Amino acid sequence: MLASATHRPAPIRDFVVSRVVSGLVSLVLITALVFVGTALLPGDTAGALLGQNATPAALEALRRDLGLDQPLVQRYLVWLAGALRGDFGTSLASGRAVSEVLLPRLANSLLLAGAGAVFLLPIAIGGGILAAIWQGSWFDRLIGFTSMLFLAMPAFLVGYILIYVFAVRLGWFPSMSVAPFAGGTRAWAQILTLPVISLVIIGQAHTMKLTRTAILSVLASDYVLMAEIKGISRRRIILRHALPNALSPILSISILTIAYLIVDVVVIEIVFSYPGLGKLMVDSVAYRDLTVVQACGLLFALVFITMNFLADLLAMLVNPRQRVPARGAAA
Amino acid sequence: MRNAGFILSIAGFAVLVAAALLAPILAPHLPSEPVYQPYAPPGIGGLLGADSLGRDMLSRILYGLRYTLGIALLVSVLAAGAGVTLAFLAAFRRGWTDLLIGRLIDAVMSVPQIIFALVVLAVAGVSLTTLVLTMAVLEATLFYRVVRPVAGDIVAMDYVEVARLRGEGLGWYLFREILPNAAPTLIAEFGIRIAYAVLFISGLSFLGVGVQPPAADLGGLVRENALAISVGQLSPLAPAVCIALITLSVNGIVDWFIHKYSIRAELG
Repeated sequence: MLASATHRPAPIRDFVVSRVVSGLVSLVLITALVFVGTALLPGDTAGALLGQNATPAALEALRRDLGLDQPLVQRYLVWLAGALRGDFGTSLASGRAVSEVLLPRLANSLLLAGAGAVFLLPIAIGGGILAAIWQGSWFDRLIGFTSMLFLAMPAFLVGYILIYVFAVRLGWFPSMSVAPFAGGTRAWAQILTLPVISLVIIGQAHTMKLTRTAILSVLASDYVLMAEIKGISRRRIILRHALPNALSPILSISILTIAYLIVDVVVIEIVFSYPGLGKLMVDSVAYRDLTVVQACGLLFALVFITMNFLADLLAMLVNPRQRVPARGAAA
Repeated sequence: MRNAGFILSIAGFAVLVAAALLAPILAPHLPSEPVYQPYAPPGIGGLLGADSLGRDMLSRILYGLRYTLGIALLVSVLAAGAGVTLAFLAAFRRGWTDLLIGRLIDAVMSVPQIIFALVVLAVAGVSLTTLVLTMAVLEATLFYRVVRPVAGDIVAMDYVEVARLRGEGLGWYLFREILPNAAPTLIAEFGIRIAYAVLFISGLSFLGVGVQPPAADLGGLVRENALAISVGQLSPLAPAVCIALITLSVNGIVDWFIHKYSIRAELG
C-alpha cells in the first residue's frame, strides 16, 4: 500500500501482495508463539519428553539431538524449513512424527467439514435467496427469527439437543463417534449424520443472513428499478437481472462459509468425540503436546486465511468497480 | 414487536444478573457440596437434578453464572480499554506506529480466535489470569477495528486543530462534541462484544481450557455433565440454555439500541 503512489496503479496485484504478506505474518505469529513461549517458560521439550526422572546426561544428549542447544531464531527457522516439507517435528506425548499423527485426523476433519458444506451451502443460500425475494413475508420473518436464535446458541447446545433426541430417545444414531471406523460407507454415514446436521444448523444462520443482504442489495439497484419501470415480470427480473449479478457475492459467501465451517468443526468434534484435527488439537492442549498444537494451529490458520483471501480476491475480480484504484480507500 | 423483544430482553438480562449477584442467597446448597445421589433426577435431586458427584445442579448453575458473566464483563472492559488506547495512539502518532499496530492487529484478527486462544493457552498454561488476558487481547483487536476510524476522524477534525491552536482543552471537545456522536456505535459494539465474550468463554471452558475444576462456569458445567446425556439425563442442557439466554437477551438489547440510534449496520 505504501509503494502504490510511486508505480502504476495495479489494485489486484497490490491486493494480492498485501494479503499474502499479511497472511504470512499471521502464520509466522501463530507458529513462533510456541517457540517464544517455551523459551520464556521454565522447563523445555527435552524435560517434557523424558519426564522427571531423567538423568542430566540423558537430558543433555536429547537436547543436542533435538537441537535445543541452538539459538531460538535458528531453531525456529529449522522448524519452518521442515514444516514447508511437511515435517512438523515429533509429538511430545506419543514420540511419533507429528505429520503421521496429523494426517489421518486432517482427512477425518475434511470429510466432516466437506459433508457439512455439501448440505449447508444449498440450504443456507437457497433460504437466503428466498427470504430476500419474499422480503417481509412469514418465511422471511421465520428465517430472521431462527437466525437470531441459532446465532445466540453455543454450538455444543445444538449438538447435545440432537444427541438427546436422535441418539438417546430415538436411538437412530450413535451418540459418540467411537463406532468402528473401518465399517464401510454405512458406518460412516451413521457416524457423520448428527455431526453434519449440527454443522448445518450452526452455520446456516450466518450464511443465510449474508446471502439475504447480498440479494437485497442487488434488488435495490438501479437496473432492477429500471426493469420494474419497464414492466418486466418479477420472475424475469429475478432470474435474468438479479441472480446473475448476485452470483459473485454468493460465491464469496460460499467460500467464507467453508472457512467458518472448518472452525466450527472443533467444538462439534468434541461434542461427538469425532477423531478429527480439532479434537486432536484440544486433546494436545490438555497434554501440553506443544509440537502437535503448533502444527494443528498452523493448519487451521492456513486454511482459514486462504479461504478468506480467496473470497475477497474473487469479489474483487468479478466486480470491475473494485478493480479501479481507489485513492486512500485501501484498508 | 421490537419493543416487546426489548422489554423481554432487558427483563431476562436483569434476572440473570440478579441471579448471579444473589447466588449465595438463592442457591439452596453450596456448589461444591455433594447432597444427593449421583445423577439424581429433577424433583428427587433438587429443582434441576444432581450431577455425577451428587452436587445440586441449580446451585452450580447459579455460581457458574457468576463466572461466565464476570469473566465476559472483565474481558470486555479490558479489551475495550486496550483497543481504544491503541486506536487513539495509532491515530495520533500516524506513520510507522500506525502501520505497525494496524499490521499486528490484522495478523491476530485473521487467525480464528478459538485457534489462537488454544495455541496461547497451550503454551502459557490455563489459569484464570492467562485466560482473561488471552481473551482480552483477542477481543481488543475487534474494538480496535471499530474505534480506529472514529479516532482517525477525531484527530483530523478542524476544530481539534483549532482547539489545539487556541490552547483550549482537547478534553472539552472530546467529551462534548466527538464522543456523544461516536458513543452509540461504541456502546453497541460493547454490547455485541459482551455477548460474544460469553460464547467465547463458554466455548473455551467446554473444550476444557477455560475455568478449571472444581470451579465451573456455564460452559464448564456442560463439559462436566456431558456424559449424563447419553444415559438420557438433560442436566448438561440447562447450563447451555442459560448461555443462550444470556446472549439472546444481550443481543435483544443491542438490537433495540441500534434501531433507536439508527446505527449503520457495519458492526459485526
